[in-house]
Amino acid sequence: MNKIRLFLGSDFIYRFRQDRAAQGSFTLFVLFVLFAFAAPLISPFDPYDRLQIDLMDSELPPLWQGENADARFLLGTDAQGRDMLSTILYGTRISLIIGFCAVGLQIFLGVSIGLISGYVGGRIDSFFMRLADIQLSLSTLMIAIIASAVFKASFGSEIYGDMAILVLVLVIGIAEWPQYARTVRASVLAERSKEYVDAARVIGLPRWRIMFRHVLPNTLSPILVISTVQIANAIISEAALSFLGLGMPVNKPSLGSLISSGFEFIFSGSWWITVIPSLVLVVLILSINLLGDWLRDVLNPRLYKD
Amino acid sequence: MALLEIKNLEVQFPLGRKTLQAIHGLSFDLDKGERLGIVGESGAGKSVAAFSILKLIARPGRISGGEVIFDGQDLALLSQEEMRHIRGNRISMIFQDPMMTLNPVLTVGTQMTECLKAHRDISDSDAKRIAIDKLAEVKIPSPQERFGNYPHQLSGGMRQRVVIAIALLTDPAVIIADEPTTALDVTIQAEIMGLMLDLCRDHGVALMLITHDLAVVSQVTQKICVLYAGRLAEQGPTRTLIAAPKHPYTRGLVKALPQQNVPGTRLYQIPGSMPTLDDVPPGCAFNPRCSFADDRCRREVPEPRQIGTHLVACHHAETVAAA
Repeated sequence: MNKIRLFLGSDFIYRFRQDRAAQGSFTLFVLFVLFAFAAPLISPFDPYDRLQIDLMDSELPPLWQGENADARFLLGTDAQGRDMLSTILYGTRISLIIGFCAVGLQIFLGVSIGLISGYVGGRIDSFFMRLADIQLSLSTLMIAIIASAVFKASFGSEIYGDMAILVLVLVIGIAEWPQYARTVRASVLAERSKEYVDAARVIGLPRWRIMFRHVLPNTLSPILVISTVQIANAIISEAALSFLGLGMPVNKPSLGSLISSGFEFIFSGSWWITVIPSLVLVVLILSINLLGDWLRDVLNPRLYKD
Repeated sequence: MALLEIKNLEVQFPLGRKTLQAIHGLSFDLDKGERLGIVGESGAGKSVAAFSILKLIARPGRISGGEVIFDGQDLALLSQEEMRHIRGNRISMIFQDPMMTLNPVLTVGTQMTECLKAHRDISDSDAKRIAIDKLAEVKIPSPQERFGNYPHQLSGGMRQRVVIAIALLTDPAVIIADEPTTALDVTIQAEIMGLMLDLCRDHGVALMLITHDLAVVSQVTQKICVLYAGRLAEQGPTRTLIAAPKHPYTRGLVKALPQQNVPGTRLYQIPGSMPTLDDVPPGCAFNPRCSFADDRCRREVPEPRQIGTHLVACHHAETVAAA
């Protein structure tokens, strides 16, 4: 209880209360997360259940588009007759899961590697940093395309469909670890020369304990800040891959594959299949990025303006 | 036998083609419960000597010769893992700036208990009990509360008390204090020094006090070692060393104390400054600044000689003592 009261009284909360953009984007983001994860409970249809899909309902416009609209489908239906609202909710859920998990993997890999590189230094440092340089010189999308293409080719689309989420998490997670490794390494180098590290060594603490208990917590704020950007990036990467047909399969669409599936109908008048999920994606990414901007300002005292 | 015996310690820093020698054949010893002051200007090698005892010299520095005998074993030969059980357990160290030596993101309590748990096999509640006892011992008011505080919630003097409490946690045999009061203001300085003196006496802990402040050293220690450019200049009992220095450098330091000065006149200072390690003059390192220097001083490095109770590295020690 005490901790909660302390947290509520902190500068962090104070600054949050002062900032409309932060409140707005936070609310939006929380709403997205809530709706996405409550999708099975709140969505009117189950887009994964083939029995609920009727091809006769395909390409119905959203409710406000008049004439052909069907009261059952608030946002209309896609080319296969799935309810857009339900599909978007489920799709957002998949996008968020992939975003969070991929960033989790990036943090795990990047932070451990960055910490070890920065603290141990020497050859290990050079090795990992050159590896990071090499990886950064290939674009994320390129690595992701190669990896998912290879996976698809070697296991077939059937298995791929079942494992798509896992594969995307692995691919996006592994492709972006250097971001974290570099940031963490840079802060570790700065922290390592501080006296409290010497003091910890003088106390006789083991090396791993100094690394994880003393140095790591002092590098958390940059990690937190890039995490917001990275989550947004991971969601975008997933959407891009899905759009290119290398991501989520059509029967389990993420936002990206939804956008892509409606793309061929955009000129035949069924714009909603592409535009509505695109809007959702844009607003989601925007809210995460705004939140990240705010977080960066708050966690970096040198940027305090007022 | 002395508790800690430094014999002919040599510390080198290989830098590319050149090798700088930070410490030349330094010897001194420390008995159980004894308090020794190491005095010298910045760069004289005081801290390097302290860190080399704990084998924590910054890379690429290394102990290139001599022995550090603690409790019968040569620390210079131990592995880092073996040293880990000595550091913080048998030999503790207190640093200059308490603002910097405590980790800002961990509570005082965490930093104390983890030190205990690194060296002893004890439960959390026992560790907490010992830690709170030690906080009370360094006269921190309401130690129960302070235990859960973060360093930024404490004042400078409080933090240095916490640092001292951490150093005392494992009941070490030796505490090395590297300018423990330089970062504090004068009144707190006196309090902290008094506290350290009491604690060392009560627990029979040997203290190695590193400082450039002769006034502090003279109040606390029994023995003083004066270093100059990585070599021993003079060593002897505190009282006679201050009252009757036999090395021109020590003499200069004592003369430079404000207490020695007639009010209103210019404070005495030793002319020039200490040479950097890559620029030590031949012969006695102090010769360019010394009024007693002659050709021999510019040629020959003086070896420490026993004169009375002092060990003096000067060709003219007798003349200096008489002057």
